[in-house]
Amino acid sequence: MIRNSASEMASKLASGEITSVALTQAHLDQISAVDKDVHAFLHVDTEGALAHAAAVDAKRKSGEKLSPLAGVPLALKDVMTQKGIPTTCGSKILEGWRPPYDSTVVANLKKNDIVILGKTNMDEFAMGSSTENSAYGPTHNPWDLTRIPGGSGGGSAAALAAFEAPLAIGTDTGGSIRQPAAVTGTVGVKPTYGGVSRYGLVAFSSSLDQAGPCARTVLDAALLHEAIAGHDPKDSTSINAPVPAVVAAAKTGNVKGMKIGVVKELNGDGYQKGVRTRFEESLELLAAAGAEIVEVSAPNFEYALAAYYLIAPSECSSNLARFDAMRYGLRVGDKDGASAESVMNLTREVGFGREVKRRIILGTYALSSGYYDAYYGSAQKVRTLITQDFNKAFEKADVLVSPTCPTTAFKIGEKANDPLAMYLNDIATIPVNMAGIGGMSLPSGVADEDGLPVGFQIMSPVMKDDRMYSVGAALEAALLSKWGAPLLSTIPALAGSK
Amino acid sequence: MSLTYDEVVAKYEPVLGLEVHVELNTSSKMFCGCSTIFGAEPNTQTCPVCLALPGALPTVNEKAIESTIKIGLALNCSIAPFSRFARKNYFYPDMPKNFQISQYDEPICVNGYVDVEIETDEGPKVFRIEVERVHMEEDTGKSLHVGGATGRIHGAEYSLLDYNRAGIPLVEIVTKIVPGTGKYAPEVAKAYVAELRDILRSLGVSDVKMEQGSLRCDANVSLRLIGSDVLGTRSETKNVNSLRSVERAIRGEMIRHAERLNNGERVVQETRHFQEDTGLTRSGRSKEQAEDYRYFPEPDLVPVAPDAAWIEQLRADLPERPSIHRKRLQEQWAVPDKEMSAMINADVLDVVEATVALGADPTKARGWWLGEISRIANEKDVAIKDLPIAASDVAEIVALVNTGDLTDKLARQVVEGVIAGEGKPAAVIAARGIKVVNDDSALMAAIERACAGQPETAQKVRDGHLPAAGALIGMVMKDTKGQADAAKVRALLLAHLGQSEG
Repeated sequence: MIRNSASEMASKLASGEITSVALTQAHLDQISAVDKDVHAFLHVDTEGALAHAAAVDAKRKSGEKLSPLAGVPLALKDVMTQKGIPTTCGSKILEGWRPPYDSTVVANLKKNDIVILGKTNMDEFAMGSSTENSAYGPTHNPWDLTRIPGGSGGGSAAALAAFEAPLAIGTDTGGSIRQPAAVTGTVGVKPTYGGVSRYGLVAFSSSLDQAGPCARTVLDAALLHEAIAGHDPKDSTSINAPVPAVVAAAKTGNVKGMKIGVVKELNGDGYQKGVRTRFEESLELLAAAGAEIVEVSAPNFEYALAAYYLIAPSECSSNLARFDAMRYGLRVGDKDGASAESVMNLTREVGFGREVKRRIILGTYALSSGYYDAYYGSAQKVRTLITQDFNKAFEKADVLVSPTCPTTAFKIGEKANDPLAMYLNDIATIPVNMAGIGGMSLPSGVADEDGLPVGFQIMSPVMKDDRMYSVGAALEAALLSKWGAPLLSTIPALAGSK
Repeated sequence: MSLTYDEVVAKYEPVLGLEVHVELNTSSKMFCGCSTIFGAEPNTQTCPVCLALPGALPTVNEKAIESTIKIGLALNCSIAPFSRFARKNYFYPDMPKNFQISQYDEPICVNGYVDVEIETDEGPKVFRIEVERVHMEEDTGKSLHVGGATGRIHGAEYSLLDYNRAGIPLVEIVTKIVPGTGKYAPEVAKAYVAELRDILRSLGVSDVKMEQGSLRCDANVSLRLIGSDVLGTRSETKNVNSLRSVERAIRGEMIRHAERLNNGERVVQETRHFQEDTGLTRSGRSKEQAEDYRYFPEPDLVPVAPDAAWIEQLRADLPERPSIHRKRLQEQWAVPDKEMSAMINADVLDVVEATVALGADPTKARGWWLGEISRIANEKDVAIKDLPIAASDVAEIVALVNTGDLTDKLARQVVEGVIAGEGKPAAVIAARGIKVVNDDSALMAAIERACAGQPETAQKVRDGHLPAAGALIGMVMKDTKGQADAAKVRALLLAHLGQSEG
């Protein structure tokens, strides 16, 4: 039952073939069976999940009209607040903190009766591309436990790939939903910035952060997208407009007559051979489905990574200032009349990991008087140029496409001491965040050389998220008929489990 | 070497810069829905947003924007069609986010002015104070440092934090540098803050209580040799909690600067804290090395882009400027300048106006507020406005005097009773049994008793020696416990003894 898609589970729940309690229990059992190896979860809320599942079953029994995903379990990235449930952001500094309020995403999940299984592992404060920066130890890629599951949302992606949950919530600041999806053979969507409320998403970089759906199929992602998206008065950057019709687009999957733009700069040198092969193959399948493939150029994308590593750390240096031991979380050195200043310093010294400190220092420097114009100011200009590149490209194409990442999953530890190599992993995903547009990664097969999944990225204009679902669903259908079975059914690491 | 103020201004020209912080009186905070009521139990008016819990986001209070635009318009500013919030980053325990949401290079109102008139040796003179900017920000929480000698964070045993104030909307009004006020600098500054306060009050956007901190002034002062056009080093005096303190603080700083300069010492760029008791300032934080607040645009808030039509509507709805309003009242009431100033200085102008609006004669209304009520306030050492007596009470008392239901003397008792908390005038009159004795037969009985008691005096009056009547009138008043109208007693007595007023 856990190998079904979320929409299949939803149908079985609706028909009464299974109960939410049974379905939830099956996932909890899977977590018990495999998570010691995968380590996708930081916290499993067994009691809460089963209680919620029972309540949904009761509602269904009483004939109440339920939402499409009612009773389906979900894994929540540990960067989202959920009332009463530990929320650590993968950091020691928040160890033991239980938020007194629900994030808007969680409120929407609850409103839709989606059962939250627990909180998933992540790079500390979402800073990283491998989940190795979690203070609670790395998550392992179910395709090969010696490899990274991507990051920062490696826990959510691994939970999907290991059938510990059919749905998950991720957040994407520079690729944290899409890159883990790519390297675990799952689907991850970063909606248009402002499409999903950020209220209760513990901020890394406010102008880039965006929560979104993670799933094993394009339709499942669309169903979850509709459940969590929409205007929220608590987030002033939330867009006050109807949610794009993503479910309808995913169901239709029609690309006839659509222009699909291949971004010249996001391919070629530096991209693994197997990644390029799968990408070319996907383009052929889309062309065969009736799309027109065109080439577009985005000359300013080459500055995206550099600008990102000024903007995101700048914002993070300010966003993370609140972790000062005064009101919540870790407190170190509060004895013998220690001053507030010394407690703050010690707590931050002990509570933050290396990568977080690196970015706080970088951001503090970039915002400093005398450097602001050269660093933060220039980065903002680059951001404008990237947005203009996208605008021009979208004049020629309805969506843009690229490989999601230059490579397949690398080994745990391989890039841990080389931050620049790690940062390069996000070279194709970052421009999307810089421009605030939508981006999706879906599996396009495995690389011939290593047998590891390769992601295909689709980018759509602001609030035209439905377009990436149309293209994603079309490609998914074409690939599925080529493979004959879902890619994840071939996953080797968990072959032993049911 | 101690200098006199006259010696200072003979040699140096002061240059001022004034920063006024105003707490807006919106019912909710700047970026969340928490209540702003003053004096609640610590940390009861807080939420995830103003406590800066992880994940919480600010949203802008529209009412605060409206109030700020009104202030900008009243100060003759241009309203920016597009302005932004910015983060001012620094660590302090009572600032939950460890950054303050403020406005930096894109404030909402710019380039205004306020004209203030003060009395100079050459008669009344108008000084124009140019306003550089008016911007919005949020207040911090409050720290209470317990133990230690200074009440400051250093040396304290522990500190208590109250976040009720965190996020209260603040508006900061910053002047351009103000040269050319010469020896009148302290008075000009005081008049400016007073004018601002009056304008803000007339707009209804703030309680403007300096003593409660809803209006706070930081005074920047520097001196330069008369004739020089080079600015001197400034000091910034904080904690100036009354209009009088504004004047004292600036005067004190001018003297302190001049003494240093005369001694060949340099003035240190720093904040200074005004000491109410001594009138002097104490050194605070050095500003020699400019603090780096790492300002950048607040990414959690969209820019403020007020609709032009809305701004015009707010402009059209602005109340009359207080200085103009005052001139108009003075004309209507035909009050001499001195009396007008007395009302302004005693801060009773609006309550007198309210009393007049309720039907009282302007002269009588003024007389009560500046006279008896003012006297009681002095006696109790409180502000007139803090006495528990309202314009409606005074208007009622004036009306009762007009109808002859109270004598002036009795009316004073009623005023005293109202202030003593005995209730509204009617309640005081009832409770104290205050009543003008108007009943002629009762008065006549008292007059007859008086004449019988002092037959010789009565005879003198009968014989035409009218001054003798005073003693008899006194007896009658005593007999009626002061509740009779003395003029009436006199008339009845004289008639009774066959006399009339010459």
